[in-house]
Formats: sequence, C-alpha cells, structure tokens
Amino acid sequence: MTKKTPFKIAIASGKGGTGKTLLSTNLAAYLSQTRSTLLVDLDVEEPNDFIFIKGTIESVSDQYKMIPEWDEDKCTLCGICSNVCKYHAVVQLGTFIAVFKELCHSCYACSELCPMHALPMQKHKIGELSKRSDGHLTFIESRLEIGEEQAVPLIHQTHNLVDKDYNNISFQLFDCPPGTSCPVIAAAKNTDYVILVTEPTPFGLNDLKLAVETIYKLGKPLGVIINRHGIGNNDVESYCAYNQIPVLAKIPFDRQIAECYSKGELVYNKVEHVETSLRQIIKYLDETHRNHV
Amino acid sequence: MYEIVVLSGKGGTGKTSIAASLAVLAGNSAVIADCDVDAANMHLLLKPDFGKTFEFYSGELASIDQELCTVCGICAEVCRFKAIPFKEDQYLISELDCEGCGYCERVCPTHAITMHERKSGHVYISKTKVGSTMVHARLDIGAENSGKLVAAVKNEAKSTAMKEDKQFIIVDGSPGIGCPVVSSLSGANYVILVTEPTLSGLHDLKRVHAVISRFRIESGCIINKFDLNLEKTVEIKRFLLESQIHHLADISYDIAFTQAMTEGKTIVETSSPLKQLIEEVWQNVKEQIIKKK
Repeated sequence: MTKKTPFKIAIASGKGGTGKTLLSTNLAAYLSQTRSTLLVDLDVEEPNDFIFIKGTIESVSDQYKMIPEWDEDKCTLCGICSNVCKYHAVVQLGTFIAVFKELCHSCYACSELCPMHALPMQKHKIGELSKRSDGHLTFIESRLEIGEEQAVPLIHQTHNLVDKDYNNISFQLFDCPPGTSCPVIAAAKNTDYVILVTEPTPFGLNDLKLAVETIYKLGKPLGVIINRHGIGNNDVESYCAYNQIPVLAKIPFDRQIAECYSKGELVYNKVEHVETSLRQIIKYLDETHRNHV
Repeated sequence: MYEIVVLSGKGGTGKTSIAASLAVLAGNSAVIADCDVDAANMHLLLKPDFGKTFEFYSGELASIDQELCTVCGICAEVCRFKAIPFKEDQYLISELDCEGCGYCERVCPTHAITMHERKSGHVYISKTKVGSTMVHARLDIGAENSGKLVAAVKNEAKSTAMKEDKQFIIVDGSPGIGCPVVSSLSGANYVILVTEPTLSGLHDLKRVHAVISRFRIESGCIINKFDLNLEKTVEIKRFLLESQIHHLADISYDIAFTQAMTEGKTIVETSSPLKQLIEEVWQNVKEQIIKKK
C-alpha cells in the first residue's frame, strides 16, 4: 500500500484585495461537497475566511513563541546575552537586563549561551488556532494577537500542526497573507502548488510579477486566476501568455459577487459563472495532483 | 511638519488610489513616502523619476567556509530556523530561512561561519510628476525586515521634508497589523483609514484601529464603495462614532478609479465627480491636524 500524502495548495496574491479570500472559501466549500477538504486561513494578521465558513468552533488552542525571561538572582551581568542578540531584544541597562519580546526571534542564543542559565525560555502567547467543521470541510483559522508584530512564527506553527494532525485529509487549501516578503514565504513554502489571484489592472500586474518571482524563488509550480475579468486591460493576460504561466480561470467582474461578499455569503451556488470557474480550477488541480503523485 | 499615514487593514479597499490622489492635491507642499514596500504601487500613479538609488542593508546572513568546516553539525543543531540543511556531504545556509541570529557563528568550533550584512532592497528618492519628492523602495524578493525598510523610507522622507521645509508627509502604509504597519505609524500625526462596507472590511478596520489606538494617534475614515452594502456602511459609521474616528467621506462604488489607474492617473486628474469629494477630504484633514497643533 502506498502512503497517501496530502496535496497542499497555497492561495496567494501580491496585491491585497484581489479575491484571495473569495476564492479560498468558495473553492473549499465547493470541493467539500464531494470530498473531504481542509481550509487553513494563514492570513494571520487579518484572517477573514471565518466570515464565510459556517460551523461552530470545536476547539481553540493558544499559540506561543518562546522568549527569554531574566532571572535576576542567577545573573552575574556578564553581558554575553546583550552582546549575542542581533535583534537588540536583550539589552543590558545598568544592572538590569531588559527583554523586548516583540523584537525577539526565538533563536535561543542568549538563553543557551548564558553561563549562569539566567535566561530560561518561556512561553509567550502570540495567537490562537481555532477549528471548525462543516460537513466534509475542516477549517483551521490562525489568528495573530493584536500588538504582536511577527506573523512568521505563528504561520510556521500552524503548518506544523496541520502536518501532525490532518495528514488524512488529501486536499488542503492554504489562504496566504498578501505581499511578497517573509509571511507569504513562510505560508507557501510548505505547499505543493501555488495559485496567485490577481486582477487585470496595473496594480494587479505589478504585484503579480513580484509574487511570481517570489514563488519561483521557492521553486514551486504556479497558476494564475484573474478575478474581476473585464475591468482594466489585457496586460495581465499578455504577461501570463508571454511567460507561459497557466491561467486557471477568469472570473468575470460582477457586482453581485461583491454584494454577496460584503454580506459574508458564499457565491458559488448563487452565481453560475463562478461555479463554472471553480470546476475549471478543480479539473486543473486534479490533473496537477495526478502528475505530482 | 505633519505626517499623515493612509492605512486600511484589509487590502484592495482603495488605499493607494486615495493616498496618491492626496499626494497630487498636496502637490509640492508634501513629501510622499510609499511604505507599502512589499507591493509598492504608488509609482504607477505618481510616475517618480527614480532619481537617486541607495542599496538597503538590513540584518545579517550566515555563510560557511567549506574549507574550514569539519562537518561536526553543531551549527545545524542550534539553528532554530532549519536554515542549515545537510546536502551532499555539506552543511549549507538556506538564505530564505536564515534569520541572521548569529548563533551558529558563535558555536562553530573551527570558526568556519561568518555573518555578513544582508542586502535586502533598494530605496529610491524621486521627483514625482507633480514636482514633489517621493521616497519609495523595493524589497528584494523574499527578503525579510520589511519593517526596517519602512523605517528607512520614512526617515529619508522626514529628513527631506525638514531640508525642503515641507508642511506634510503623506505615507501609503501596508495592509495588515504587523511590523510594517507598526513601523509606518511611528511619528504619525494623523491616520486616514480606508475601508469598504464588507464584513471583512469592518473586521480588519477594527483590528488596525486597535493598533492605532495603542499609539494614541488621531484618525479619520473614508468608506469606499459605500453603496455596495448600505447596512454595513451604517454599521461602520456606528463603529466610527463609538471609536471617535472622524468620518471623512463616503465614496460610491465606481469603476472610474480603475479606469484612471489603467491610464496611470489618480482620480483627481480626471473629470470624475469624485474629484471634488477627495478635495474636500484633503481640506478637512488639513484643518483637523493644523487645528490640533
């Protein structure tokens, strides 16, 4: 018997507001009508998928990062810790060692190099993971605490948890943060295929190019979905054609979609062309998955 | 000198289009800073000349001298970022994963590891099409520290504004609530929030406002696409009232923004009736900040 490995799909975009959440939630809900599906909201700074996914919260778990805590009694003020820390998160101020937890990257250097063991690592809450189920759909939301600045540790932890607990779900969708820097890399790194959602405007194209470069740097195969097709111009399509990037679907611009979205409603069962687009996308993903296995 | 930051929480609400419009209205009385360095788009509307370019260095990156390395593996053991994989009988640094903590350099018994400054992007100082100075940046693909690049852009904008004795700095911030947003808020006098009447728009507005409140910065809000969902618009206005956020304007759902963008223009450079509305917002914001001082 061969071991079944889940097919992990990242849904990302350079530019925000192009329809990443719309696509993630509708694709997940549509897929879950016929097969068991996992949706993970990794847009931890502004998670929105929960608005569209029904089902009650079954469990919530606090997520932590590890930060050093100063034990004054053990400390000899040798200065190694503040010297070691590249992030200025551990600073010696006179006879006091200050720890700036939001600057700490949890590298453990100060803690493990302290000769007196005066900086033991302690848990610090950075966010919450919650789980909901709705029929064949399992939904995990990862949410960063307000005031926390680092999304990356929480994204890593969410991936680890999914790997550990949800390997039995063969189809997994990850709604990624926008942009092209560390959070989206952390989110897309552990996936098999990346869908970039864009819109046919100059902003959309500019950010799509950056996102494509980022995903290529990660060495992942990718496809593009053009949302709000019909507005703007044809430059996104020309770019994709020229660079041989597959366009999985074009979702027409439609005010009804925006209105449903504003009310927190799914659209695939209300707008026929959305369902058609989803079918095209799934067909493409299934073929990719077969080749991938 | 007054610093105005435009933020949105959620992406795609029209933040950049509005910030660029204000930049055109402010003309040469303002210095412009594009702090959405992950997915910078303001240049598409303001046509800066990329006059001066600086390389931006931030953080460090480890490198291993394979001649000195005895393949003991201590570095990989202490690295919390899984950034030192063992491949083909060698330990190698994965640039995308290395967070520059320097722990490996400290513990390497043969001093085979050294830390280097890491180039992570470019900063540009330009003249825009309206003659104002604009500071903008591009983060290298996959680079970290976009918060630090935001700080570099802002500092450059500030010193230019001082030197040229400008009255305003207009900052286009990034989506989300994480480190780039926090970094763009330092020193701000006023925040313009751009939202849309969707459940996600309101949810994200509340989260970003919670961050702003911690810094005690006064804010005003523009509801873009207000007629998409009138009930939500009412709900947003209630939130603005409760939270003491000035309600600046309601902008209707109008394809004119996209049309202007496709032509590389801001809405205030077209004959759209929205022009007057944005002009009123700019007057209103100016009065509020100046009155306060």
